[in-house]
Amino acid sequence: MPEMTKERPKHLALHEIRLPLAGFASILHRVSGAGLFLMLPLLIWLLQLSLGATQDSAAMFAAVTGNWLVKLILLGLLWAFLHHFCMGIRILLIDIHVGVEKQQAHNSAMTVMVVSLALTAILGLKLLGAY
Amino acid sequence: MQRLVVGAGYGLKDWLAQRITGIVMAVFTLIMFAAALGGAMSSREAWQAFMANGFIRFLSFLFIVSLCWHAWVGIRDIWMDYLNSAALRLFLHVMTLLALVGYAGWAIQIIWRL
Repeated sequence: MPEMTKERPKHLALHEIRLPLAGFASILHRVSGAGLFLMLPLLIWLLQLSLGATQDSAAMFAAVTGNWLVKLILLGLLWAFLHHFCMGIRILLIDIHVGVEKQQAHNSAMTVMVVSLALTAILGLKLLGAY
Repeated sequence: MQRLVVGAGYGLKDWLAQRITGIVMAVFTLIMFAAALGGAMSSREAWQAFMANGFIRFLSFLFIVSLCWHAWVGIRDIWMDYLNSAALRLFLHVMTLLALVGYAGWAIQIIWRL
């Protein structure tokens, strides 16, 4: 009979696990992708309204994008897109063996976090009509 | 013989698809960003004229197909990673696939009727 009952070490106390920054950024890659997927209908609907030929669609587009809750969601999606974009480039670089070392991987994860948040701030202010 | 129930054939093909579709979307994003800086989004009329351009419609189509394919692989990975029930996984795989095919059709008809 095969030995199937071997005890394996388990440590799933999530509050005790200290995820390295690269791991945190990686989880956010998944979270941001899932968020973008869930909000796809909203984004396609906005595309439809923005390209509609009628006055109705123009008015509807203005009304929807003027809603503060929609603005908040779009701001979140803007961050999700930028984080996913930057993290994707990091993955492609690691695929071609750029930045594989531990310290480099940590630094690139930090760069992804900072750059995506900074771009979210810059483009988000545009989204909110600050300039 | 006990067989493993998995939702799709995955491996190198999906890994590669995820990279190619990602690159297509990244390039499209940079083109759109450059277009925005060039004023393509300065008014509703400018935006509609820009999106009606034949080459941009070709690129938009590639973007939509890439997005849906990319999302399929990514969301399917999430179901595979966190769900133990093969029945629930199969159900959600089918739902995800149906949603994405529908989204693709919806988005493509928006850009192609311009």
